[in-house]
Amino acid sequence: MELTPLKTKKYIHKALLDPQLKAAVDKATQTSLSKRQDKVDRIPYWEDLRLKANAIKREVIENLDTYLTQFEQQARANGVHVHWAQDGEQARNIILDLARKRDVKSIVKSKSLTTEEIHLNDFLIENGIETLETDLGEYIVQLMGQIPSHLTAPALHLTRVEIGKLFQEKLGIPYSEDPDELLAVARRTLRDKFLNADMGISGVNFAIASAGSVCVIENEANARLTVGLPKIHVAVMGLEKVLPDLNALPYFLRLLPASATGQMASVYVNLIAGPSRAKYGEGPEEMHVVLLDNGRSKILADPQLRETLFCIRCGACLNVCPIYQQVGGHAYGWVYMGPIGATLIPQYLGEKEGHISPFLSSLCGACHEICPVRINLPHHLLKLRNRVVETGNSPWFWVLGIRAWAFLAKRPGLYRFATWFPGKMQQLLPRETAFPAPGYTRKRALARFDRLGFRKRFMAEDKVKG
Amino acid sequence: MKIALFIPCLSEHLYPISALSMVRVLRHLGHEVEYVEDQTCCGQPAFNSGYRKEIIPIAERFIELFRDKEIVVAPSGSCTAMVRIFYHELDIRPDLKADLDALSGRMFEFSEFLVDIAGVDRIDGRFKHSVTYHDSCHLLRELGVREQPRKLIRGLKDIEFREMEKPDTCCGFGGTFSVKLIEMSLAMVERKCRYIVESGAEYVVGADSSCLMNIAGYLKKHKQPTRVMHIADLLATSLGLTD
Repeated sequence: MELTPLKTKKYIHKALLDPQLKAAVDKATQTSLSKRQDKVDRIPYWEDLRLKANAIKREVIENLDTYLTQFEQQARANGVHVHWAQDGEQARNIILDLARKRDVKSIVKSKSLTTEEIHLNDFLIENGIETLETDLGEYIVQLMGQIPSHLTAPALHLTRVEIGKLFQEKLGIPYSEDPDELLAVARRTLRDKFLNADMGISGVNFAIASAGSVCVIENEANARLTVGLPKIHVAVMGLEKVLPDLNALPYFLRLLPASATGQMASVYVNLIAGPSRAKYGEGPEEMHVVLLDNGRSKILADPQLRETLFCIRCGACLNVCPIYQQVGGHAYGWVYMGPIGATLIPQYLGEKEGHISPFLSSLCGACHEICPVRINLPHHLLKLRNRVVETGNSPWFWVLGIRAWAFLAKRPGLYRFATWFPGKMQQLLPRETAFPAPGYTRKRALARFDRLGFRKRFMAEDKVKG
Repeated sequence: MKIALFIPCLSEHLYPISALSMVRVLRHLGHEVEYVEDQTCCGQPAFNSGYRKEIIPIAERFIELFRDKEIVVAPSGSCTAMVRIFYHELDIRPDLKADLDALSGRMFEFSEFLVDIAGVDRIDGRFKHSVTYHDSCHLLRELGVREQPRKLIRGLKDIEFREMEKPDTCCGFGGTFSVKLIEMSLAMVERKCRYIVESGAEYVVGADSSCLMNIAGYLKKHKQPTRVMHIADLLATSLGLTD
């Protein structure tokens, strides 16, 4: 399923007409929000955590070169191979080369949005290497031939019935919609794959510069098996994922699970500091980290918008967004969705391909209010809307309309006339005529212009008083 | 206090009665009220659509027009936020920066002004109906005004205040959003109105005419009995100041 943010309006209209999707998304987001609120209410220093996390991210992002260099040095000292990839193509080739050199036939993967971003699975499969997602939600989405519709709950848009049918069709088991039964089937299938895989690919939630280690948090133990069982572990991380030291980590270990899944803590916190060492005798023989830029250094250049790199991919802004709640993630047309996705799409893909995305918001600000690292998403969306305009990607009729309006708004006399005129027109036209957006009134009555307007009414009142 | 009015476009042309109610309440409380001639729009619709260059002269005009005023009050949270918060993101003339900073500290939304600046504890009015309150997004999240309007509503005699489910959910108007993404906007207002109707209140009160226009439009088209009221109209009615 090839998605593009250019067709986002079409996806939205389709999604709005899909009651099953709407019900699934609504239920999942409301449940996540109430679980989150329950945990946040139990953490009296929640706002302090957010402030601190924002400060840590700001420090890192503003000195990213220093922290990345330190991370690279420390990781190398731990015996980790560090690769730098400028874009998706480089990253894909680094991983494919490595797989070929080591004669890798099968790969298990734990959940990683960064690998979704570079379409790694399809690429490896096309090159003849079996590549399997092992996070349950990701596994379902992969079987379905789709991309995740949520940052932390990839299969959020699917109902149990759909998953039951999918398993019946793809895995040849009798139909069931019992989650425990389906889970057991997935577990059995995946267990074999874990034991036979030649390479494990994971994402990275946080990289620790001072220790040269990476942190992967999860609930299903599939990441632990992915990074621990196969002989080679490859961790793919965006440049922005680095933290200064281990002291910074606990803030995020509290903020992320509470915001993402309403948990006080994740079930597993894996800190990986290199390949197996003789005295332990377990774990992979080789460990690689691929540091992916893919447009991140471009985002870094803007002092305001670089705040979008603070994102820890918790998905809380999706859950709380009144637009995401209506249509889910696929409507955004890319691997990052919701308010954060709407800011990342034009920044990664360019203002032309992403010219609609920053407008997928009523600017209500609920995303800013909930963000665990306090990214001011509505303000960034506004700035990106400005970029769409400045790069000539706004429709001509809007450009003309706004310029005409701006011309008038500087001239009070003319402005008064120009705004008096539609009122007069409205009195002459039939009651339900909406111009220029007929659809607006499909479910809404149009307001009526006042006969006099405030200025005249105010002057009349003043006269009576005087 | 001597108050200069900023009357947003929707208030000027569609809901002047609400703005007039605000004037009457302010005068009733002993304030002097002045209308600043030649005011136009704050520029928000264009700003929200991404047109920054185009509204710089409009913002500069606004600052020059209002910079000498002691207090500026508007019957809208979003237009107040436009000046107080978003004007600072524009590349306005450097010599106006200090004026903008000062103006930002002196411009208020109506309910915010009454409670935080004028120090009103309660309005001595009476309203024998049940009322729910809709939080408008910019008033709540840009200006941080949540309790002030509720305090004013609760303070009225005989009133029954009923909080709706998720009162801070966006109504789906969003200015040009409502015409750019019509179907989405409709789905959002549909949900908002469900919360409003389910509250069982006779009236839904808000502080921004834009949200109220959107909500009223939906309720009217669907023949729902809930009536829509600007907080200025509520206070003026409770004091018997309406015509």
